[in-house]
Amino acid sequence: MKNVTNDLILKTATTIIVFLILGFSVYLFFAGHNAPGGGFIGGLMTSGAFVLLYIAYGFQTMNRVVKIDFKTFIPIGLTIAVLSGVGSFLYGQPFLSHTDGYFHLPIIGKAHLATAMIFDLGVYFTVIGVTMTIILSIAKDEGEQVENAE
Amino acid sequence: MIQLLSIVSTVCLTVIAVSTLFLLYRAIKGPSNPDRAVALDTIGVNLMAITGILAIKLKTTFFNDVILLIGILAFIGTVALAKFLEKGVIIERSRD
Repeated sequence: MKNVTNDLILKTATTIIVFLILGFSVYLFFAGHNAPGGGFIGGLMTSGAFVLLYIAYGFQTMNRVVKIDFKTFIPIGLTIAVLSGVGSFLYGQPFLSHTDGYFHLPIIGKAHLATAMIFDLGVYFTVIGVTMTIILSIAKDEGEQVENAE
Repeated sequence: MIQLLSIVSTVCLTVIAVSTLFLLYRAIKGPSNPDRAVALDTIGVNLMAITGILAIKLKTTFFNDVILLIGILAFIGTVALAKFLEKGVIIERSRD
């Protein structure tokens, strides 16, 4: 069943499309809390880009390029999410209190930033870690011994 | 003019819904796996069309991101299905 083919079109298209998807995921992340978007769907798009890279190039090449164990993303994201809630204790407010404001940023200009975005960043990392861990461990064959990442 | 737009979008929504039902039948019954793959891909396209027509009917621009999102997810799904049908494995161990 295994045909030896040279996926030239897939590989060439992937190198361009992956950057479009990554840019779109960052846009979705910052569009959250006012419009459709946010940490969850942004993380899902980022892991979609990584999955496309894995489909096009295979485990061996990707492990050489992306030397990240995606499992470490889960505790990082959960820690950020908890810290965003604990941080409100510093101002004498209840747990997970929300505040927002308008700031003037160098390039973007006037931006609406909220503390919910810090929580969203935690969700973003957690979603990347969980999705990539699930997909890569399902995709691994039982017979073949494949290291996920060094 | 507004009434014409409303009528046209309602008719389009109905036609696309019926076509999605037929595609669902093809995806379940489909004699071979490539039939199912094409049917699922076309269901994704129909979903984008339904979202676009809903955006027209509800007079909102918030659905434009959703259309792009469904398009990207459908693309990745189609690539994975096509690779599975051709090679029998989605993520290869090494590139030969």
